[in-house]
Parts: sequence; structure tokens; C-alpha cells
Amino acid sequence: MDTNIITLNENQLTFEPGETILDVAARNNIEIPTLCHLKHTIPTNTCRVCLVEIAGKDELVESCVTKAEPGMVIQSESPKVVAARKEILAAMLATGNHNCAIRDLPTEDWTAFQLNVLAADGKQDLCPVWGDCDLQDLTYRYQVKATGMPVTACKHETERANPFIIRDFSRCILCGKCIKACREIQVNNAIEFGYHGEEMKIIAGDDAHLKDSDCVFCGECVQVCPVGALIPDREFRDDRFKPTKVTRTTCSYCGVGCQMDVFVQDNKIVKIDGADQDLPPNNASLCVKGRYGFDFVASPNRLTTPLIKKDGKQVPATWDEALDLVAEKFEAIGKEHGADAMGLLTSARVTNEDNYMAMKFTRGVLKTNNIDHCARL
Amino acid sequence: MTNTIADIEESDVILVTGSNTTENHPVLSTFMKRAVLQGKKLYLIDPRRVKLADHAEKWLRPMPGTDIAWINGLMNVIISEGLQDQKFIDDRCENFEATKAVVEKYTPEHVEKLTGIPADDLRQVARDFANAGAGTICYCMGITQHTCGTDNVKSLANLSMLCGHLGKPGGGVNPLRGQNNVQGACDMGGLPNVLTAYQPVTSDDAREGYEKAWQVKGMSPTPGLVATEMFNKAYEGEMKSLFIIGENPMVSDPDLNHAKKALNNLEFLVVQDIFETETTAMADVVLPSYCWAEKNGTFTNSERRVQRVRRAVEPPEGPKRDWEILCDIANRMGYGFSYEDSHELFKEISAVTPSYRGITWERIDEVGIHWPCPDTEHPGTPILHTMQFTRGKGMFHAIEHVPPAELPDDRYPFILTTGRVLYHYHTGTMTMRTDGLNMLSPECFVEISDADATRLGIGDGEMVNVCSRRGRIKAKLQVSDKAVEGTIFIPFHFANAAANKLTNAELDPTAKIPEFKVCAINIEAAKA
Repeated sequence: MDTNIITLNENQLTFEPGETILDVAARNNIEIPTLCHLKHTIPTNTCRVCLVEIAGKDELVESCVTKAEPGMVIQSESPKVVAARKEILAAMLATGNHNCAIRDLPTEDWTAFQLNVLAADGKQDLCPVWGDCDLQDLTYRYQVKATGMPVTACKHETERANPFIIRDFSRCILCGKCIKACREIQVNNAIEFGYHGEEMKIIAGDDAHLKDSDCVFCGECVQVCPVGALIPDREFRDDRFKPTKVTRTTCSYCGVGCQMDVFVQDNKIVKIDGADQDLPPNNASLCVKGRYGFDFVASPNRLTTPLIKKDGKQVPATWDEALDLVAEKFEAIGKEHGADAMGLLTSARVTNEDNYMAMKFTRGVLKTNNIDHCARL
Repeated sequence: MTNTIADIEESDVILVTGSNTTENHPVLSTFMKRAVLQGKKLYLIDPRRVKLADHAEKWLRPMPGTDIAWINGLMNVIISEGLQDQKFIDDRCENFEATKAVVEKYTPEHVEKLTGIPADDLRQVARDFANAGAGTICYCMGITQHTCGTDNVKSLANLSMLCGHLGKPGGGVNPLRGQNNVQGACDMGGLPNVLTAYQPVTSDDAREGYEKAWQVKGMSPTPGLVATEMFNKAYEGEMKSLFIIGENPMVSDPDLNHAKKALNNLEFLVVQDIFETETTAMADVVLPSYCWAEKNGTFTNSERRVQRVRRAVEPPEGPKRDWEILCDIANRMGYGFSYEDSHELFKEISAVTPSYRGITWERIDEVGIHWPCPDTEHPGTPILHTMQFTRGKGMFHAIEHVPPAELPDDRYPFILTTGRVLYHYHTGTMTMRTDGLNMLSPECFVEISDADATRLGIGDGEMVNVCSRRGRIKAKLQVSDKAVEGTIFIPFHFANAAANKLTNAELDPTAKIPEFKVCAINIEAAKA
């Protein structure tokens, strides 16, 4: 008997000992839905959405914590699995301000519910992650209805007391993915589960505001949140249906060289996320500067015209005037004082191509080796 | 770095020194912290009790400027207990005996007197590091920004070679680069003594190759001046003109009063930047350039990985590419440089740079490649020195401890050390445009221990005057458990309370790096 093979939805798949059913499925591009699983962290079967049915077993099992075993025959979309999954999703929908029109309440209740949520949000819009929410996607996919379930009010107020992250507990499904990101990926240990039962909440420190906790605003939790509980404190979400261009690039701050995806609308950066979870060097992580420190790009104070000092005052000039003057001065100083009376400081901030040209200019044109940059400072 | 960032997680023992990693390289610090979660040991050896200490097996606290002493002390323990990797030393290194002779007197007890590190703590680190299957050393400016910075680095290399921790996964001597493209700027020959890929300017062959490739004549065979020397020459009047690109030395240089006089003395100063800064304010000509998000090109990260930078937004009307501006000036001076785009420039870089020869934009479209990469079939080199060192044998250097250039005295009784905070970057030209970052880190502060604050009778949040032999600033006192009695930390980001008015411009004789990490200061309550 060939040992390390499982059958998942009629596919024969090999596995490495120790791999979970979810791992094997993911590796073979078979999607088993999950809301709490986060790659590179310890699975916790908190959301229970990844249930599967194993032939010969009465109980459904969570595929994120169940190890593949030789000969297992598994269904991830059987009627029994789908029914259980719908129930789990319905329960999640029923316990929060999920006002994305899928709540499926009777009309009069829906209106009251919606008005309550809008009042809580202080906005006239639907949920701020409408269209970008894993819970919403799954609810549509499985046509979940939370019919007959009572509307429950959230006991915890939304936190807006910091410049970068809104924590909307009314939309939190307590999947714990943010805690994994904080404690196992970034290891900042700022947040954890607090309180019990209906009071349960993701807390920072002693249930403090993020800014008064160990949080360092890396935003990893926002990036992994599957719902609208953690959202960037920016107007971006209001414009989420505008055309968005995403560009993969390298961060411009420290020397780690994090790979990032820059989201641009109307030629303005609106969001930056870490790139793929398996792409070195950062595996999708970023820090506060890389993720949020991009306002300088669109700053109205950017230099846009050359300046020339005339009578002790810098005045705008054309490129021709400025560059002619520079060329003229360099030629004159070189002639009068020699090439070594000139020097150039290139920059650890600009590209290799820019640095190379600075080097070529200094050595090939000015004819001096007086070139250095800010590496030592 | 000799090894990769991901490799840190593979180490059995991680020795971090002179690096406030969680604030200055936050994402890299996650690799260290995850290694600890997996049961690996991290030792932090740093004058401040920075956040990483929470994750460390132990935090060892040396007096600022005593790094050679404790490194020699570690080697003393390792050799006296016979824990060194003698095979690695015999096969791959030279000059071990001379080093052994020097470290002999750095017994843990002697080192304790010099550094303040308890002898038994030193023994523990020495044993764990030497016995580790793979041990890595990660360091940053706390090691290099000293008048003995070069010797500090050589000492760390000694320690790593002694334990045979070089050339293998999880090992290495790993400087953490503080700016996005420090590595690339060096690789591209943005240094006074070398062309690209560290080919010396004194080599006739190398220069001839370039003159041919560039179709120029008369390149200088004499190594040039480093930045700090250029400022000194300007101060003395010999340097007549400086062209500064994307840098703000009027906040980042040591002894700013001196730097200001130097720039004022120039006949002609050109500054190319994306914003007005303290430095552009002094320029005869200011040239506006594209910023990072508007450029196509490459950066080379700390682990020597060449990665793509892509235009995310269209540039505003007015500025130009940095390289384009330089091309335009060259052509006005009679040259015929012409490139269609950055990609064409990169092709020229690959052609003249041996370690980049095999790297193309196509190859790094998805994942960057570590240099050296000699040809287009070569996968790149994540780990250096696996078979032999660049120079052949690894050279042990016999190094003695020397004290910093300026030590505390009655008039200036505190040691000042400078650095960055999490929420800002260098002189703040970029980060201080994001309101949220300013809210989280609004102003300069003077970090002091509770004991010192109590002794001075000044409370947390009160304004103080801080002065050194070179200058004076005013900032808020911040009592912190990061600080140890006698040592003060001030971030250098803030132009209105510029720590670099205080710092000492004394240089390391080889690397010419200023001693930002130790100078003597005094603190007094500021009158309201």
C-alpha cells in the first residue's frame, strides 16, 4: 500500500508526514475556506470554517489542525460540511454590525439594524470593507442567511485613538488572526484575547488603547484581518470602488529592503501592504514607516523647480539656467583650483542607477575621486 | 551581511550588539524574535536596555566605547576553555597566534573592570556562542560609529572566525544597513577609493577598463576624500565646490556648527533633493528630483540582494530623475552621455561590475538576487565565504582596547550616545510629512535613567539644556528604563534640537566614521 496519500474531493494527493489536511490542500491549490488560518503560524481552529468530512468518521474535523493520514478520504464541500459551515457563518453574521446587505433580516428589522450601525459608524455608508471581506465572500458563496437570529449589540466601543488603525469591535469575529500576526509573526506581543463569553474582545495590554500599549503600529494585524474589524484610519475605504493600480516595489526606508505592494488611486498612494507571504526578505511583513510613512510622496511642499541663489536669495529658475550655471561653475572651478577642489556626495537613498551615474559623473567628468555618501552617518 | 536575513532564524545563538533592531530594522528584528520563540538564544550586548532585551536570554551592558574589550574577553574565555574551532582556524585563517597573545590579558575579571560586564555573564555568552552549531553576529552603528569602529568590526570578525561561524547557514558577521541603498551606493562605487564592485581606483587596469567603457580620458588614480574630510577641507578653504544628492548633512553630520561653517565657506554648493532641507537652504543651486515612488530602478538591500524599484505614481511636473540631471550637466560640459531609461543604465552597470554581471532586470522581476552573481546562469550568493575568504585566508587581527576620543569629566559628566527612534527616519525629511508619525513621536527628547534624573532634581518631561564642548540644545527630559546611569541618549532626527550640535567629529582613522556613539555632555534644567 502506497502510504502517504490522501484523497481530497476525488484527488489523490501525496503528503509529508506532519502536514495538515489544510496544508496539503493549499499546496495543491484546492481551496478549503478558513477565516483564522495564517501561514507560518500555529493553527488554532478558532473559526472552524475549515471543517471537512472524513470517510468513516461521524464528526466533522477542522482541516487546519488535523494531520493527513495514509488512506484518508476527505470531502471539503459535502452537504454535511456545507450545512455546518453555513451555521458557523450565520452565527458570525448574527453577532456583529455586518451591514453589507447579507444579514437577511425582515425589512423593518433591517432598517432599524442599518440605522443603528450607521449611527455607530458615524457614516452614511455600508461596512467599510464591503467588497473586500472574507466573511462577506463566504456568506455569498454559501448563500448564508442569519434569518431568525436576534440582533445583538456590540459591548465594546470602536477605538479611534491612534493615527493609523481603527479597531471596530462590532465587526470582529474573534478569529484571532491578528493575535497570531502580532505574537507569532511580528512578535510584538501587544494584543491577546481578553474577557470571556459574550464579553470576549481582542485587548491590548490591560485593555488599553493601542497607543498606550506595546503596539508599534506595524499594521500586520490590519493586513491579515479577514473582516472590517481592523481598518486603516484613512479615507481610502470611502473610495474603495475607484480604479486602483497596484505596484510591487521595494521599501525606501531601512536596509532590509521589504517588498511591498503600493495601492494608487488618482495618482496618489492610498495604501501599502506587504507583498507575498513567501517572498523574501520580509514575507509580507512591514513596519510602521514602510506601511504608513508615504505622505511625503504627494506632499504639496515637494521641490518642483530649480532654484538659483541671486543676491543671497534663492529664486526659481528654468532647468536650462540652472544646469548651464552648474556646468559653467564646475568647469571654471576645475580649471582654476583643480579637479580635487570639487566633490560629490551621492546618496544611500537613491537607486543603483542614480548612484552609478553620480560615480560616472564625478570620476569621468569632474575627474576627481572625491565621492562619498551618507553611509557613515 | 555575509548571510541572509532569513538565515538569522536558522541560528542557534544570536549575538546582537550596537543595534536597536526593533526600532531601526523592525522587520529584520522579527526574525530574531521568532528564533527566540523557537528556543534559540539571543544575547543583547548594548549600552541601552533597548526593547530587544525583552526577548534576550541576557542583556549585557558595556560602558559605551569598550567593545574591543568585551569581544577580546569573549575570545579569552573561548581560547582558555579550548572551545575554539581549531580546524577552521588552521584550515582557513592566519595570524591566529598574534591575536591569541593579545587576548590573553583580557580575562573576564579584567574585562569587567574595563566594561562593567560581570565576568560570569561574559563566560556564559562566550560558552554559548562557541558551542552553538551556528552563531550569528548582527551589529549596527553602535559598533561602527566610534573612533575605533574599524577595529570593533575586525574584532567581531575575529570572534566569528574563532568559532568557525563563517561561511555556513545561521552564522556570519552581519552589519545591518540603516538606509535603503547603502549597500548599493557602496557597490556602485559611491566611495572615494573604489569603482563599482570595490575595484580600487589605484588599479590602472580597472581605470583603463572604465575609460574605455565610458569613452573618457584622464580619470584620477589618487583616492579621494570621504565626506567628513571634504567638510574639513571646505572648512579650511581647499574644497571649493560640493554637489550633494539626497542628503541633509546640516542635521546628520557631527558637530553641526563646524559643518555649517564648512558649507558657508564653499564657493559653489549644489544640492539635489525632493524637499527643501536645512542643507538646500545653503545652496547656490537647488535641483528638484523624483522621489522613490516615481522611479524605476534597483536598490540593493543589507543582505546584498538586488531588488526592483518600480514607478508607482507619475512624478509631479518639474522634477527630473537624479541620473538624468547628472547626464544633462555632463553633456553641457562636453560629454555625450545618453540613456533611454534606467534599464539601459542597469545594463551598463552589469557590464562593468563583476559582482552584478549576471543580474538582469528580467531575472529579478519577481525575486531579487544576492551578489556576487558572475553570470546569467549563476543563482547568486546568499552566503559569503563558504569555501574561502575573498582574500584567501581569513586574517585574524590582534587588537587592543582604546578608550573613546572624549570621555566624561567634571564639566561634562555624562556620556551621550545618539541614534534613531521607530517612528522617524534620519533627518525626518520624509517621515515628518506623515502626521501620524509626528503624533507618535512629536519631538526630541533626552533619555536619562531615573537615578540620574533624581540626582539632578529634574523631572520627566521638564525642559533641559544639554551642552558639549561644541554646542548646546534644549529638549525635554525623558526618564526611561532603557537608560543606564551616566549615559544619555538623544535621537538625531530633530533639526530644532539637533543632537549633532553636540556630537564629536573625531574620526576612525580607517573608515573615517565619526564617533557619534560617545561624547561628553552636561545637562541642566532649562529656565522657563
